[in-house]
Amino acid sequence: MSQDRDHDVKAAQRRKLLQGAAALPLFGLPGLSAAAAPPTAQVNTTKLAVTDTEVIVGQLHSATGTMAISETGSIQAEQLAIDQINAMGGILGRKIKVIKEDGASDWPTFAEKSKKLLVNDHVAAVFGCWTSASRKAVLPVFEKENGLLYYPTFYEGLEQSKNVIYTGQEATQQILYGLDWAQKEKKAKTFFLIGSDYIWPRTSMKIARKHIENFQKGKVVGEEYYPLGSTNFGSLMNKIKLQKPDCIFTAVVGGSNVAFYKALKAAGITGDKQLLLTLAVTEDEMTGVGGENFAGFYSSMKYFQSLDNENNKKFVAAFKAKYGKDAVIGDVTQAGYLGPWLWKAAVEKAGSFDVDKVVAASEAGIELKTAPEGYVKLDKNHHLWSKSRIAMGQPDGTFKVVSESPELIKPDPFPKGYQ
Amino acid sequence: MTFSEMLNIGLMQGFAGLSLFAVLLLMGLGLAIIFGQMGVINMAHGEFMTIGAYTIYLGSTLTEHFAPQWMPYYFPLAILLAFGFAFAGGWLVEWALIRHLYKRPLDTLLATWGVSLAMQQCFRSFIGPKEVSPTLPEWLMGSWAPAPGLDIPINGLFVLGLTAVTTAGVLIALAKSRWGLRVRATVSNRVMANAIGINTQKTDRLTFAIGCGIAGMAGAAFTTIGSTGPTSGSLYIVDSFLVVTFGGAASLLGTVVSAFGIAQTQSITEFFLSGSMAKVITLSLIVLILMLRPQGLFASKVRR
Repeated sequence: MSQDRDHDVKAAQRRKLLQGAAALPLFGLPGLSAAAAPPTAQVNTTKLAVTDTEVIVGQLHSATGTMAISETGSIQAEQLAIDQINAMGGILGRKIKVIKEDGASDWPTFAEKSKKLLVNDHVAAVFGCWTSASRKAVLPVFEKENGLLYYPTFYEGLEQSKNVIYTGQEATQQILYGLDWAQKEKKAKTFFLIGSDYIWPRTSMKIARKHIENFQKGKVVGEEYYPLGSTNFGSLMNKIKLQKPDCIFTAVVGGSNVAFYKALKAAGITGDKQLLLTLAVTEDEMTGVGGENFAGFYSSMKYFQSLDNENNKKFVAAFKAKYGKDAVIGDVTQAGYLGPWLWKAAVEKAGSFDVDKVVAASEAGIELKTAPEGYVKLDKNHHLWSKSRIAMGQPDGTFKVVSESPELIKPDPFPKGYQ
Repeated sequence: MTFSEMLNIGLMQGFAGLSLFAVLLLMGLGLAIIFGQMGVINMAHGEFMTIGAYTIYLGSTLTEHFAPQWMPYYFPLAILLAFGFAFAGGWLVEWALIRHLYKRPLDTLLATWGVSLAMQQCFRSFIGPKEVSPTLPEWLMGSWAPAPGLDIPINGLFVLGLTAVTTAGVLIALAKSRWGLRVRATVSNRVMANAIGINTQKTDRLTFAIGCGIAGMAGAAFTTIGSTGPTSGSLYIVDSFLVVTFGGAASLLGTVVSAFGIAQTQSITEFFLSGSMAKVITLSLIVLILMLRPQGLFASKVRR
């Protein structure tokens, strides 16, 4: 309680200060107020951590623990985007300052840290989370405190919050395009679905099964889930051989990925004989899996490092200049990079850092012409319109894009007929 | 589906069970030796395996960099090196920590767990949080196809061979060597063994180091199956404990039988049910049997 009161007093003092600051420009002292920066009282009416020269944002990822492997890329890409924005003069004349918090791969910790960022630090926006579990853990906090989260990972959909902007693909964008490609280009009629045993693969496979059975009139000949971290796939290989599917469709993640592709190779199931399409192998996973084990298999994503366009060339060069020439960029890393830029566009459109105004501006439609993946725009359902792409793994560990959706695909987090 | 195809799948499935057996046995062996001889539960077992795995990674990176023409041959040497590193690590841990705690078995549990956490953080800080996968020699990858439609994984054969050699080696050493004699004497009656001039302290240290060394070898062999990261060890430790406890501590034969039983149950149920369901059934069976026989399949006949 005493803490609350303390907080109120401080807030009141701050409000007085702000009023004072707001009054300053009225005196019209030329040269005293910053060049183009609008006054703080005007761009910040909700006590966010915004001063005349600075705006504070939060970054909330796992820098330690089992997810550090995956989240490091997102942390780096978000930092790169923020550095670039600052080099251009910041947002509304204010430099972005980052408070980094470590979720430590532990979901309650994510919730606690997000509360700290929103309640104590009053950050204007948060870039963070990676797994669906961590997003679900922080969601109530963001909704209660009216924060703003930019979430970079491709995920299972079935969610839309006022306080979250989803910069990765939702399930239908990634899955349906991939399945249609397999059916049309590769004449696949029978599918074998394999996933790690948790929410994202299971929801994805549910959507895939509906699509195959109801829309493609194909057949699912097997559906299998293995515990996270499992390395024992010997029996699975024999089941695949027994069913002889036209296409193996997988969402195996993490350390299991490596064991899975090594087992495929060891069972003689290789890219030249078998069609395999995955939702979970990006350039990041590839360094562990090894190009020789994934050669000839396909991955369905919206971004690949090898994309041939000017935006991407600049992005890759800047990323490697900052993080070393061996750094690789996967789909989620690129989606992480979009977060700060989308936020910048929305804040400038709203002319304010207030979360409600930024959200309203975002819902009215934000577009980004400089995204490495190409032109993207934000839908009013908080997800991105983006192109889907299929790429083939090469023995040297890179991806070669073989198919790209001609148009941007509309995000549809609550697909009808798939639940 | 023709008869020969069914036969092929049956054969391959049999081999899948066999290779899982080899993996489990190799995992549990080091732990069983240490537990059986000294009653110390080595929670850092998984991390010693990780040391072995990183040794292979080191070997492959160095070979690729300095002597690419030796790529096909580095692997066996790196496995011996993995044994060496883990052996040295085990020696050090026993000397610095375990020997002070022999009279407090619960504390060894805590201490080795601490060692395991410290080692994980060292891997993360000094090697990196990303999972790595060594470049394997060409001959270790892919499959051996004696007949069309029949693919036997070469990495599975390799692990099977290594397990057979290691297990046979340990059994023979226990039965025939001077070290084995001392170990058996110490296990049956520590005080008496000490009284007749056996240096039980030295025996303990050597045993602990050998157990860790075998863990290192196991970790090295598993790089042919999965990847290596700072927390890989914690993936293995549960299965290792399962095998050792189920077999009955203090009995190597029990470890062998238990690994075989668990592997076959797991791989057969896996073929007919889903992967997660197979795990549920296997674990429930183990729980049931342990309720009926808390001492494990093969209890040691030593008076305590």
